[in-house]
Amino acid sequence: MKSIPAIIGAALLVTAGIVAPLLAAEIAQSARRSGYSFMTPDTQAIQNDDTANPGMLSVLDGASLWKDKAGALSKACADCHNDARVSMRGIAARYPAFDQALGRPVNLEQRINLCRVRHQQATPFAYESHELLALTAFVAEQSRGVAIETGADPQLEPFIAKGRDLFMHRQGQLNLGCTNCHDDNWDKHLAGSAITQGQPTGYPLYRLEWQSLGSLERRLRSCMAGVRAQPYDYGAPELVELELYLMSRARGMPVETPAVRP
Amino acid sequence: MNEKEAMREPDTSTRRQFLGLAGGAAALGAVPVLTLRPAEATPAMLATAIRNVTGAAVVKIGKVRLDIPPLVENGNTVPMTVSVTSPMTPDDYVKSIHVFNEKNPQPNIGNFYLGPRAGRGQISTRIRLADSQKIVAVAQLSDGSFWQTSVDVVVTLAACTDEVI
Amino acid sequence: MASALINVPAKAKRGEIIEIKTLMSHIMETGYRRTATGDLIPRNIITSFTCRYNGAEIFRADLFPAIAANPFITFFTIATESGKFDFDWIGDNGFTESASAFITVE
Repeated sequence: MKSIPAIIGAALLVTAGIVAPLLAAEIAQSARRSGYSFMTPDTQAIQNDDTANPGMLSVLDGASLWKDKAGALSKACADCHNDARVSMRGIAARYPAFDQALGRPVNLEQRINLCRVRHQQATPFAYESHELLALTAFVAEQSRGVAIETGADPQLEPFIAKGRDLFMHRQGQLNLGCTNCHDDNWDKHLAGSAITQGQPTGYPLYRLEWQSLGSLERRLRSCMAGVRAQPYDYGAPELVELELYLMSRARGMPVETPAVRP
Repeated sequence: MNEKEAMREPDTSTRRQFLGLAGGAAALGAVPVLTLRPAEATPAMLATAIRNVTGAAVVKIGKVRLDIPPLVENGNTVPMTVSVTSPMTPDDYVKSIHVFNEKNPQPNIGNFYLGPRAGRGQISTRIRLADSQKIVAVAQLSDGSFWQTSVDVVVTLAACTDEVI
Repeated sequence: MASALINVPAKAKRGEIIEIKTLMSHIMETGYRRTATGDLIPRNIITSFTCRYNGAEIFRADLFPAIAANPFITFFTIATESGKFDFDWIGDNGFTESASAFITVE
């Protein structure tokens, strides 16, 4: 397990005065806002232009990887899935999805790795590796503009409930639950940064703070470190359940991958 | 600026505290990157850097417009546009644009060389700003004159600074 | 691996001022960051960017560590004739990348 890194500005969180009781009301469909709407026009402009958005560099890499032969079977994604613009459209909008063989939900990164192992007999890509991020960004970008519909499958119900519990429960040395900021205090500010609703509409996204593309799991781990909780490992069932809950909470909102965020 | 000046830590007690915390992290196998603030450029360094470009010439105020958000969303990536009022004809054009800062470790940000074929005396890029500071843009015109403008920018740290994966 | 995204209009009228946007994949490591153990991460940046239009240099830039990662540079030029734009990026550790784009000028 990774150790908790030093957090500069932890005192700022305390002075932000977030001590509200758990109000746990889900945001109404009409009030759902993407993180895009909380950004300054200058940052929005970076996302608006595909030739200015550094996330698109990863999408291009993913397009190339899509055609690369891999593994013992020397097969490319394209060999089974043909043109991603057709076969992958709408996929990211309903992920995480239930995997019958594993009996639990998997996110898009895990689905790509499962394909590599099961159908290409290739080694899975490491989490947050350039290749996995590029392929995930490429696949998710095919759903750009498609309304999110994650969680419709009844088999996912118990896992969405677990994800919801994870979103609600207080954790870490700062004893905060995701809901305290992202349900109860969005549109306010935390030390100069806007508090968004935490809608994961654009992942993997280019985060200015990272100066690189990163996954939702990376962002969730940062948030957990932010409240001084021990972050779950990449690929942990808790992170997938949380992602599943978050995506179902964002139902109706269009996919924006690759988004740009501050 | 020599190596020693670049490495100078102004606040030794803060540095010890950071290394102490990081030592624990390193022991457990994680080696995160800490974005400690290194030595800052000084106003004197800024003046010297500008003089390296302009020499003894008098730098006039005007003609240059520096578009940069007054309060940046994130200091790692700040969009910036510099535009110079100029007819941009073969006889009267912008030769170059030089951008400087006051408090990053180094005073230079970028030099951009245009010319009579540019059509418009304007460039855009994205820059890094370590702290709230003054940004200065200097343009050299084809007649050898120098023009400048400056803008004060406020930079805040992200609410929870992020470590490398 | 895709390194650059270039935005040049495919067509332009003679004498028209066109905007060229370039985006290059690069970490632009400043040389000022340190690891937790105190070791300096060495500088690794793009130092120079050049654009040639049918062989003639029309734009050049010197980049310093203060330029953000994945350098994004936009500039203008007058569309004079049909042909090719050549873009070159040079940087530390022998970094060199090129890209090109074509334009039809009526």
